Amino acid sequence: MRTLQDSLAGAPTMPLKTGKAHGERRAGPLIFLIVLWLSLAVAVIFLLTLIVNLLLEGGSRFGMPLFTEYPSSSPDRAGARPAILGSIWVIATTALLTIPLGVAAALHLEEFADKKHWFNRIIELNVQNLAAVPSIVYGLLALAFLALIGVRDKNIVIGGALALSLLILPVIIIATREAIRAVPSEIRDGSLALGATKWQTTWRQVLPASVPGIATGSILALSRALGEAAPLLLLGALVFVSFDPNGLLSGFTTLPIQIFNWTGRPQEGFHELAAAASILLLGLLLLMNGLAIFIRNRYQKRW
Amino acid sequence: MASAPDNAPMHLHATHPGQVPDYIARPIMRVENVDVYYGDFRAVTEVNLEFGLHEITALIGPSGCGKSTLLRSLNRMNDLIDGARVDGEILFHGENIYSKGVDPIEVRRRIGMVFQKPNPFPKSIYDNIAYGPRVTGMKVESMDDLVEESLTRAALWDEVKDKLKQSAIGLSGGQQQRLCIARAISVRPDVILMDEPCASLDPIATMRIEDLMQELREQYTIVIVTHNMQQAARVADRTAFFTAQVSEGTGARTGVLVEYGTTTQIFEDPNDQRTEDYISGRFG
Repeated sequence: MRTLQDSLAGAPTMPLKTGKAHGERRAGPLIFLIVLWLSLAVAVIFLLTLIVNLLLEGGSRFGMPLFTEYPSSSPDRAGARPAILGSIWVIATTALLTIPLGVAAALHLEEFADKKHWFNRIIELNVQNLAAVPSIVYGLLALAFLALIGVRDKNIVIGGALALSLLILPVIIIATREAIRAVPSEIRDGSLALGATKWQTTWRQVLPASVPGIATGSILALSRALGEAAPLLLLGALVFVSFDPNGLLSGFTTLPIQIFNWTGRPQEGFHELAAAASILLLGLLLLMNGLAIFIRNRYQKRW
Repeated sequence: MASAPDNAPMHLHATHPGQVPDYIARPIMRVENVDVYYGDFRAVTEVNLEFGLHEITALIGPSGCGKSTLLRSLNRMNDLIDGARVDGEILFHGENIYSKGVDPIEVRRRIGMVFQKPNPFPKSIYDNIAYGPRVTGMKVESMDDLVEESLTRAALWDEVKDKLKQSAIGLSGGQQQRLCIARAISVRPDVILMDEPCASLDPIATMRIEDLMQELREQYTIVIVTHNMQQAARVADRTAFFTAQVSEGTGARTGVLVEYGTTTQIFEDPNDQRTEDYISGRFG
């Protein structure tokens, strides 16, 4: 009878060096890997082409005049100053409208509402669906609402903010709910066991703990709103604005609409301006997304 | 505070756990005919228990015997679970904590709780302690003193006094659990419920918590749920043994109290065969 020792001693040793770096024995997996790489490459190449193209076309016009000049019928003198200010006005107003509302709605749904009740389940389903509604529909809704309350000139900052708020409110609600759900129930239990009320627990423990998640979600939602043109077009934002917007009732245009406007002109100079404004818009979006990622990584997992 | 009957030997704090008289001279809590339900499911049935002032009572038994469920119903933490319901009476200083008009918030302040997994708030050590007094609106002359006192009582002050402003998340597991104990006593409860407080700790951290419990017993009444029989034998004055009864028809498991007595009696001279089997390691 052979003992284990004998078997081990007598077994012919297989060389560990098989000459294959990744241990793949057949061609199939390798081909699959190559296909995956190609798919990735297609996506990245398109993005790079876009950026390089923008830089080549608009790079020469990307400078101070873009920020300081007003639109003009002559491409050499035109700039995007009102559009930049308009975007800032509209996005800031949107943020002020949506973040408190969205966070409050999410807090109610997560912490206070009875999740098993049919009414709350319908609301939950609706919020999910609203996040997938095309943006132009929200433009129509805002338009109808403004008409209903008798606003004649609908291209106003508050009108645009209203349309964009409707658009991103579901996104903010969903992101906030995720953030709230990520707060461990042990934290709530610990607070309640000390004699804190539900309200105190929500306000002092749950909400502060979910702020990073709320911030990340809100910034991403706002960056979506920043790049949005369709609902604002419906409100009539495609106009020649040669003044700085200065209030909620002020007329406005935004960067995406300015780009749309310039791209539609026949002169080559306007196309270059459109590219330059696109660089600015793209940079802003990257900045906001970068900030969101930074916040997410910085405050991740504190327990 | 009720005084002990004249014929009772005068004893405030037993020097060793288990060295307590057979009867409870000064009960602080009384559980009368308690059934706990989750919806239609009866998790615990027919429990009658008394907890003596400044005593440590251990609830032991196999998994699923309802001891944690019972513990959570002692300070109305079960209210937070959908469908949880308590039948019978749980008297605290003679008052049923489930009667109408009793504020569960106040119940939880008077009857504190320490959980299985240390759950410090993601705040500074100082704020972890100050949180309870702040939210309950306690009148505090000096919050700094209260924080120091609570941490001292929880045997944590010396380790953290130089880093009170640092996050509590950076503490070790055992320190976190002592912080949670300090947090629980900061609101000056009468009773502290502990739900397997050492389950996630190493033996040395466990020993420190057990020592701490002996000190806390001077001022508080402690009810501890533990899986660890040796722990019950080491720390508890009285022990209640629970087991799960499987219903013939449905196969539902319901917790029942098998035996309740001094720890010495339960471990050395159990009356019930099931207790003896469990203690001697034959099941569970």
